[in-house]
Amino acid sequence: MRRAAALCAALLLASAAAPALAEPPPAPDRPLTDPAQEARARALFGDIRCVVCQHESIADSPAGIAADLRGLVREQIAAGKTDAQIKDDLIRRYGDYVLFQPPVRLGTWLLWFGPFALAAGAGVVLVLRARRRGTAEAAPLTAEEERALAELTADDENA
Amino acid sequence: MIVELGAFALILALALSVLSLALTTAGRLRLSPVLAGAGGGAMLASAGAILLAFGALIYAFVVSDFSVSNVAMNSHTDKPVFYKVAAAWGSHEGSLLLWCLVMTVFGGALALARGLPFGLKTSAVAVQAALSSLFLAFAAFTSNPFFRLDPAPVQGASLNPLLQDPALAVHPPLLYGGYVGFSVCFSLAVAALIEKRVDPAWGRWVRPWALASWALLTVGIALGSFWAYYELGWGGWWFWDPVENASFMPWLAGAALLHSAIVTERRGALAGWTVFLAILAFTFSMLGAFLVRSGVLTSVHAFAVDPQRGMMLLAILGLAAGAAFILFALRAPAIRSGAAFAPVSREGTLVLNNLFLTAAAATVLLGTLYPLILEGVTGATISVGPPYFNAVFNPLMIVACLILPAGPLLAWKRGDLKGALQRLWLAAALAITAAFAAFLLFEPKKALAAAGLGVGAWLICGALAELGVRTKAFRAPLAETLRRAKGLPLGAWGMALAHAGVGVFILGALVETSFKAEAAAALPLGGEVAAGPWKARLDAVQVIEGPNYLAEQGRLTIMPVDGRAPERVITAERRFFPAGGQTTTEVGLDFRGLDDVYVVVGDRAATDAGERAWIVRVYYNPWARLIFLGPALMALGGLISLLDRRLRVGAGSRAKKAAKPVEPVEAQA
Repeated sequence: MRRAAALCAALLLASAAAPALAEPPPAPDRPLTDPAQEARARALFGDIRCVVCQHESIADSPAGIAADLRGLVREQIAAGKTDAQIKDDLIRRYGDYVLFQPPVRLGTWLLWFGPFALAAGAGVVLVLRARRRGTAEAAPLTAEEERALAELTADDENA
Repeated sequence: MIVELGAFALILALALSVLSLALTTAGRLRLSPVLAGAGGGAMLASAGAILLAFGALIYAFVVSDFSVSNVAMNSHTDKPVFYKVAAAWGSHEGSLLLWCLVMTVFGGALALARGLPFGLKTSAVAVQAALSSLFLAFAAFTSNPFFRLDPAPVQGASLNPLLQDPALAVHPPLLYGGYVGFSVCFSLAVAALIEKRVDPAWGRWVRPWALASWALLTVGIALGSFWAYYELGWGGWWFWDPVENASFMPWLAGAALLHSAIVTERRGALAGWTVFLAILAFTFSMLGAFLVRSGVLTSVHAFAVDPQRGMMLLAILGLAAGAAFILFALRAPAIRSGAAFAPVSREGTLVLNNLFLTAAAATVLLGTLYPLILEGVTGATISVGPPYFNAVFNPLMIVACLILPAGPLLAWKRGDLKGALQRLWLAAALAITAAFAAFLLFEPKKALAAAGLGVGAWLICGALAELGVRTKAFRAPLAETLRRAKGLPLGAWGMALAHAGVGVFILGALVETSFKAEAAAALPLGGEVAAGPWKARLDAVQVIEGPNYLAEQGRLTIMPVDGRAPERVITAERRFFPAGGQTTTEVGLDFRGLDDVYVVVGDRAATDAGERAWIVRVYYNPWARLIFLGPALMALGGLISLLDRRLRVGAGSRAKKAAKPVEPVEAQA
């Protein structure tokens, strides 16, 4: 944690636009030798937030702590841990904030299910209204409606 | 002196804008065309005054007048003239002035528009004047770009070098054209509520504004995304970053608006909903301005932020949007919703399109604001990023895309689903074939990505099928098809192009995200690193001097691993700007058909053997070209639709009236 705080201070001191300059360049990453494991690591990098950056994943961030975290994830994958275990471990250290995927729990139900509930709710309202309209529409067409229909079909021909 | 003139012009613009509000309000209340006309004139004069102010600011930047605080903080004598001009809208103050300029110019255009009924037009200009008075007051009193410094510094602090880029120089004017263009839709919507009249003619007035704003916003967002892609050097193009989301919300609401306005215009239906979306689109624009400028969100590209200004923006947002939504709540129940339609009809599909676009906009809104709200309420911190949007946003949009091609093939009021599907079977067969082919051909095999590619193909084939049906392609003789194609309204071409553009974008986005490859290595001269089917060899590194930077430029040869394509030489740079002490990357891009080979030359390092080396990252981004071609097609489609005679203000209605004296459908609404 102290290391993170120090890095954070270093980043703040430098201009926000050039976090790369705030510290000596991190050592280049050493990819895992097993391509399947390396692919897993890279997929995980995209989901883990660089905790001192502004909305960047550790895959994108040039910050030192991102490089450290990449190294950590690779180590754990090499040690045979599953993705879920690695993520849990990260959450224990840094909190939910470290993952770009928010947890599903009572406080985030609205976030996860709100959009679907909105779509479903609106869908139900639409179906109910269509039914009500459907019965109303069974009445024979008035002369005016007939004319409107004729005009519309003519419109479709032209359009 | 010129700077003082600019400061004066800004205050004058505010006064003229308030005057316009007073005159149009009085003109509307007293039903006086003279007062209303004078109000429109004041709006135009206000636009002229801001143009003067903006010119004065650009002048101060061009001559590097560092006694002006804004210039001192955002410019430098070494900067090329192009970026000196662009710096005028690169800061919070300057971009706000641009915002006000667009707002008053559009207000003036609204005042000049012919054919609008007196009440609607006068009220709309009044609302637009009220909006510009709020924003001009904010600009003049809290964010005045003409503030002087004493003593003046000898040199300026320069513009963030990341922003010294052609795409980003033209990105704000386009983006603001879109953001602020929605203010006209907002004003027309509020005016319609004031006048208690929402009819097909109103839909016709709103549509061109919605279409133009949406098309500008599309180009603006795509340019910003393209900039992020080649300037930030991470190989990514969309990060679901809060600032990106802030521009995406009005885009989604605008897309819903321009579709729902079609229903209101053609059928008189969905009137209340269209009004709601018109208010919502600009509310999202204002929300975006607040989020980006207030500092409540952390983002890679937020403006220099100030919480106090944020509070004022929040107050403006609350006042404008709050008043509009309260008025909507009071008046909407009285809006008659026009002709009824069956669930299976063109209206029906457009309603579904609106449902999913709105749910998608709600997803982006929730994803952007939820971390803030949760932290405020419970103190818990969470991050909402790509995994969330992939899981929630994408399914909603995919359903919308699956429905999309059926819409244009269904008739208004009551459609023939079986007939539409019969006309789409070929498109469906092609889309499914494309999905299977993608599954077999792309390595590694990804079923979901292949299915998504099928959706992209479905959109493109569906758009072609629609054109095919309307021109009777392959069913009638070629001459007949050509004749019909010539007679097809521009709106039909624009729609097909825009819908195909969505498909093209999906193809690019999916292939790029699913099948990209990257590699990084510390390369000595002559060293090679491979990513996907391409490898890069570092040939030479030299130091070069730019107008206001020093750069380390790497020359690399890009060649195929299998030797089946020609080699090509590209350069990639790492630039150091002494003025601000910042470093930027200049990505080397090798365009290979639809694919990009994307090379970043990074820090100096040493190989294991102790040789001098550079960290070189290579990305293979397959089909990346389509990611930016898709939005270009969408915007072009919007532009072509805008040129349609039927959408041209005045012209269409006159022609229609001449042809058909009685319009029972519209009269009914």
